Amino acid sequence: MNPNVPNPSTDAAASHSLLPRGHTYGSVTEKISEVVLTTRTPWSWLFGFSVGFTLLMVLMMAVAWLFYRGVGIWGVQVPVGWGFAIVNFVWWIGIGHAGTLISAILLLFRQEWRTSINRFAEAMTLFAVACAAIFPLLHLGRPWVFYWLFPYPDTMRLWPQWRSPLVWDVFAVSTYATVSFMFWYVGLLPDLGNMRDRARNRFVRVLYGMMAMGWRGAATHWHRYKIAYLLLAGLSTPLVLSVHSVVSMDFTIGIVPGWHSTIFPPYFVAGAIFSGFAMVMTLTIPVRKIYHLEEFFTIRHLDNMAKVLLATGMMVSYGYLMETFMAWYSHGKFEIYAVINRASGPYAVFFWAMIACNVLAPQVFWFKKARQHIPTLFVISLVVNLGMWLERFVIVIVSLHRDFMPSAWAMYYPTIWDWATLFGSIGLFLTLMLLFIRFLPMISMFELREQVAEQTEKKEAPR
Amino acid sequence: MKSDSHAHEPLDLSAIRAKLAAANGPQYWRSLEEVAQTPAFQEFLHREFPPDASVWEDGVSRRRFLQLMAASFALAGLSGCSQPEEEIVPYVRAPEEVVPGLPMFYATAMTLGGYALGLLVESHEGRPTKIEGNPQHPASLGATDLFAQASVLTLYDPDRSQVVIHAGEISTWSQFFAALTAAMATQTAAKGAGLRILTETITSPTLVSQLRAVLERFPQAKWHAYEPLARDNARAGARLAFGAEVETRYRFDQANVVLSLDADFLTSGPGWVRYARDFIDKRRVAAGRTDMNRLYAVESVPSNTGAMAEHRLCVPASRVEDFARAVAKELGVSVEGDIRLEPGHEKWIKAVVRDLLKNKGTSIVLTGDHQPPVVHALVHAINDALGNVGRTVIHTEPVAAGPGDQLQSLRELVSDMNAGKVELLVILGGNPVYDAPSDLRFADAMAKVKLRAHLGLYNNETARLCHWHVPETHYLESWSDARAFDGTVTIMQPLIAPLYRAKSAHEMMAALLGRPDQTSHDLVRDYWKAHGLADARLWRSALHDGVVPGTALAQKTVTLQKFKTQQTVNAAAGSSLEISFRPDVKLWDGRFANNGWLQELPHPITRVAWGNMAWIAPATAERLGLANGDVVELRLRGRAVQAPVWITPGQSEGAVSVALGYGRTHAGRVGNGAGFNACGLRSSDAPWFAGGLEVRKLGWRQTLATTQEHSSMEGRDLVRVGDLGEFRKNPAFARGGEKPPSLYPGWKYEGHAWGIAVDLTACIGCGACVLACQSENNIPVVGADQVARGREMHWLRIDRYYKGALDSPETVFEPVMCMHCENAPCEIVCPVGATVHSDEGLNAMVYNRCVGTRYCSNNCPYKVRRFNFYQYSDLKTPTAKLMNNPQVTVRNRGVMEKCTYCIQRIEAAKIAAAKENRPVREGEVATACQAACPTQAIVFGDINDPNSRVAKLKALPLNYGLLTELNTVPRTSYLARLRNPNPEMEG
Repeated sequence: MNPNVPNPSTDAAASHSLLPRGHTYGSVTEKISEVVLTTRTPWSWLFGFSVGFTLLMVLMMAVAWLFYRGVGIWGVQVPVGWGFAIVNFVWWIGIGHAGTLISAILLLFRQEWRTSINRFAEAMTLFAVACAAIFPLLHLGRPWVFYWLFPYPDTMRLWPQWRSPLVWDVFAVSTYATVSFMFWYVGLLPDLGNMRDRARNRFVRVLYGMMAMGWRGAATHWHRYKIAYLLLAGLSTPLVLSVHSVVSMDFTIGIVPGWHSTIFPPYFVAGAIFSGFAMVMTLTIPVRKIYHLEEFFTIRHLDNMAKVLLATGMMVSYGYLMETFMAWYSHGKFEIYAVINRASGPYAVFFWAMIACNVLAPQVFWFKKARQHIPTLFVISLVVNLGMWLERFVIVIVSLHRDFMPSAWAMYYPTIWDWATLFGSIGLFLTLMLLFIRFLPMISMFELREQVAEQTEKKEAPR
Repeated sequence: MKSDSHAHEPLDLSAIRAKLAAANGPQYWRSLEEVAQTPAFQEFLHREFPPDASVWEDGVSRRRFLQLMAASFALAGLSGCSQPEEEIVPYVRAPEEVVPGLPMFYATAMTLGGYALGLLVESHEGRPTKIEGNPQHPASLGATDLFAQASVLTLYDPDRSQVVIHAGEISTWSQFFAALTAAMATQTAAKGAGLRILTETITSPTLVSQLRAVLERFPQAKWHAYEPLARDNARAGARLAFGAEVETRYRFDQANVVLSLDADFLTSGPGWVRYARDFIDKRRVAAGRTDMNRLYAVESVPSNTGAMAEHRLCVPASRVEDFARAVAKELGVSVEGDIRLEPGHEKWIKAVVRDLLKNKGTSIVLTGDHQPPVVHALVHAINDALGNVGRTVIHTEPVAAGPGDQLQSLRELVSDMNAGKVELLVILGGNPVYDAPSDLRFADAMAKVKLRAHLGLYNNETARLCHWHVPETHYLESWSDARAFDGTVTIMQPLIAPLYRAKSAHEMMAALLGRPDQTSHDLVRDYWKAHGLADARLWRSALHDGVVPGTALAQKTVTLQKFKTQQTVNAAAGSSLEISFRPDVKLWDGRFANNGWLQELPHPITRVAWGNMAWIAPATAERLGLANGDVVELRLRGRAVQAPVWITPGQSEGAVSVALGYGRTHAGRVGNGAGFNACGLRSSDAPWFAGGLEVRKLGWRQTLATTQEHSSMEGRDLVRVGDLGEFRKNPAFARGGEKPPSLYPGWKYEGHAWGIAVDLTACIGCGACVLACQSENNIPVVGADQVARGREMHWLRIDRYYKGALDSPETVFEPVMCMHCENAPCEIVCPVGATVHSDEGLNAMVYNRCVGTRYCSNNCPYKVRRFNFYQYSDLKTPTAKLMNNPQVTVRNRGVMEKCTYCIQRIEAAKIAAAKENRPVREGEVATACQAACPTQAIVFGDINDPNSRVAKLKALPLNYGLLTELNTVPRTSYLARLRNPNPEMEG
């Protein structure tokens, strides 16, 4: 069913539509902007923020200690040279895929249901990428010379070593971060203008005014805005596929059994979308409840996201299956051992937990009841987040801890600082997310207004 | 430009030379500017120590600034390196002119248990930095052991005792001498009745003559000697067999069959470095030679020797005597009493004896120093019956002087002290408070002595209980002499003036004789003037060569006498366990406890660093319900210690073995608290093994710092092993997994192409190479907790794999250093190009470009890369700076490092060759690991030169590469390990 075509039968069931009836331009704008401008900050926001900020301080402490002492404070060693930092990096960057996918690809495919969640998802993307981006820097032995990974005019004429996937990574992630930010910010401009106009406090007005960059809503503005937004959407689309493909090459280019596999790029992209949608779901469910935005973040949205989760979950499962099959098919003794070690080695519990989270748990979404049952959705989304973190743990650490020379095999044990950095990064994410909710319109008001217009026009047309 | 006209004045080198030549006595100079008294230097001094404070003027010119910087760098050289005052003779180049930046080598020797190992010591501008073996020395033949390699760290150990201490307070040598003189005055009257001198085993002719002089002056005085690992049993065994004390040495180069009755002759004991070389040379299947020697080992404790054996049996130490008696009986030696053997052992012995009889006169039977005298006597009888004496087994006069039975000597000293007969006790080295058998209660007895003086490298457990402690000079700081296992004398020359106010044993003895002014040099020189080196040229040549010619002890003919061969050992009764005390292969008797290199070296068998464990057999562990790291209480005759257990395949069932040397309380910051003190269980009547041990599990665990958690090869052909018969049928049995096909043509290496071939047949796993590498390449020590985390920094590791049955597996060693892959997986993944390939095929590491992503380590299939997770290199301790090899960068936190094939040595050889306008000669470059290896298992060279040794080895059919199926094209390759089992005993 094409959701673009209004279907009276769906429209009749309010819970199944994207926008409830009866909304006007004014009511949509009112409802969304009041969250920022007039509503008292709910206690739950304060609570969430204090948790997030505390964790952010934990991150600060962990990072300060890290810079003072060195990466030795983590559990990394030889053979496991990459530990939590890289696990977290891949996890966050995966999460950071949903936003662009929702905004750009669904825009290009004219999936209108994206409208009410795109802003939110984009912000999430941006903050997840920010969380991800700190890890490659932190995990360096000498973080103060991180800029050597960039091609800058060095007096010794040294360039990065282009064959290394880590250099590709630098470009992929920085491009993605830049384009995501631009896409998000350009998308915000009309609403920032709106906020400026609605703000009563002079200081706030000036602030939003500066951020709105002179948006007046003129026809030329709209004309150029539409072109720019479409162009950016076009630019972002390949990035959704490329970023995680490049990230996956950090592993596939290596010869480590368990890494060296050609299936990684598509399998990582599917995994990224999987985890990204899970995170959007994890965030929207409490937010729609707290801010009473059930009308905008509808059950229909959640249902659709659950379907995406199911589909990408199946792709990820196919990836797992193929890895195992290829190990057997290749007759490579190291690959075969790596697969056996994942399933029955000292970290087997992580592997089976991952299978349970990523393969089994999303299967409930075959059932419509489950797709529309809020607590189930919330729990499964959390489970998928955990599962995807475990997947990266299995790929990064379990592959490394036993590779070619049994004499060098060793166990990896995270330290308190590994955990502090992981939870600290969640704190950073929460803090940024909550600040966004508090100070910027979390739903694209003008796009909703467009929907209202379309709805009204379509309703009136047959008459 | 103002006031810098003088900066343009060139240094007047001839004037400097004249000034230096005119200087009398020791003149140390740090820079040419200092000698020349240049204005820049004067200016700096003025500024640094201003008569009145001068203001830093604005507008300091760049040139002036650089001048001052240069002067301050010159002054920074103050940290105190100085050549010894007397003339010492460099080995390679005449010391007419020191070439700054080029090292010089001096011959000297290090002693362990009295026995000397000849060394060449590399010196950089007066700082000894690296120990090499002396090719002319019979015990070394150019190789070294672990202890020699690590001794340079002890020299610079900041925990070494630095000042004379009197009752815990800092004192001086002159005050000590005054106290000593007063005490000696009383002793003169009593003819020395209250004087006792306690030494370690001494082979130094000079020191022995000094001790004799003391005993002559004070006829009632007594000389006692004690070392916890003394060779009392070997001496007693010789007395039993021959009625005379003899030293026995072996000619492994003549032996086709060797039977070791619990002797670890490949990694410990006098002359082991030489023995290992001779033994392995008889195993090398070189071009044209297809014979190998064969080793049978009966062992109580798994050792490197047992790992090399074709046929190995493990039995408790107390049962070895039965084996000796059984072998003797088979050979027709009359043996009393019955022989208790386990089923199957009799057949084993019969086969061994048949093999020995086939090789009459070309076999060796030997036993360990911890076996009782009767076993030694039986072994003498066996060798006699086999006609080995005089051919492979040589008897000579004893090498060591002094009391023959050291334990008895210590007992007498303790009883004299308890009886109040001792008024002055002078301890020269050693640490009896820590390592004397616990039942003697040495510390309590010593407390009854009126005046106690201790000379030692460390203010250790014994020093703390003495009135006076005098710091002893390190062997690299003082003149002395010592004998090797065959009696050959080396004059030990110092490489550096004493870092602290230390005295040598010679000077202490001279002080005892009232001559505190005599220096070690004079004492040694005077002795040798009277003993054949009067001629200055002979003296010089003895110093230069590191051996005094003609001092090896001549063969002595002794006749076997009838001796009682009755059972002496009471085996552990019933279900109780037996305990064995063994020297630690790293710390020996504990004297090296404060040496971080030795502490951090993984034990060759257990791969555990930083500590000792109670080794138990897997079956014993199963019976007692113990796992690795479980702490147990070991109780023996009412004394108990707590120890973590380690399940050690190859350990004899029913026996626990413990290494001595750990659990020090006053070793220094490094050694304190590592491991447990097994001396606490040792008693004087059973110093080596005893029955009746009780083991009680305490219920908690200790984390042990192991560097290899996995001992199985998992079916991967990393170490390829074949039998000689197999090799004769198919010499290329080890081939396979060669370079897979590639679409791309390989890189053509013009010029040099460096490579290494490691002969696994030759590797005995001793670890000398690991420490040589550590010393050469400034590799830091990281500590027990970091090792436990898997962060040890060794560029070269020796993997140990087990194969076969759990209880007595085959043990193989494999040294693994960087493979310098031609298609190096590490190189392509580095984002900043910090690891790159040289045109000679070296995989080079650019430390200052490394940002520390560790991707290279992840992608290295051999896992030879090491990462500085913290600031491991010691940048603070001043003496640690002196120790560093100036040719090798000291790495800082956050960078990757790894084996470089000793690129600094390659470059030095290339520079030397370029100056002489010739190519680098084969054999001119030896990596540190290669140079140290006692068995020459590691061969480095240019594989592009078809005549090089390494190229020839790589052309052998035994040659294979590790993980070549990954298309890494490693430059390091291995020669498969060959065994020569007795066909009669196979299957």
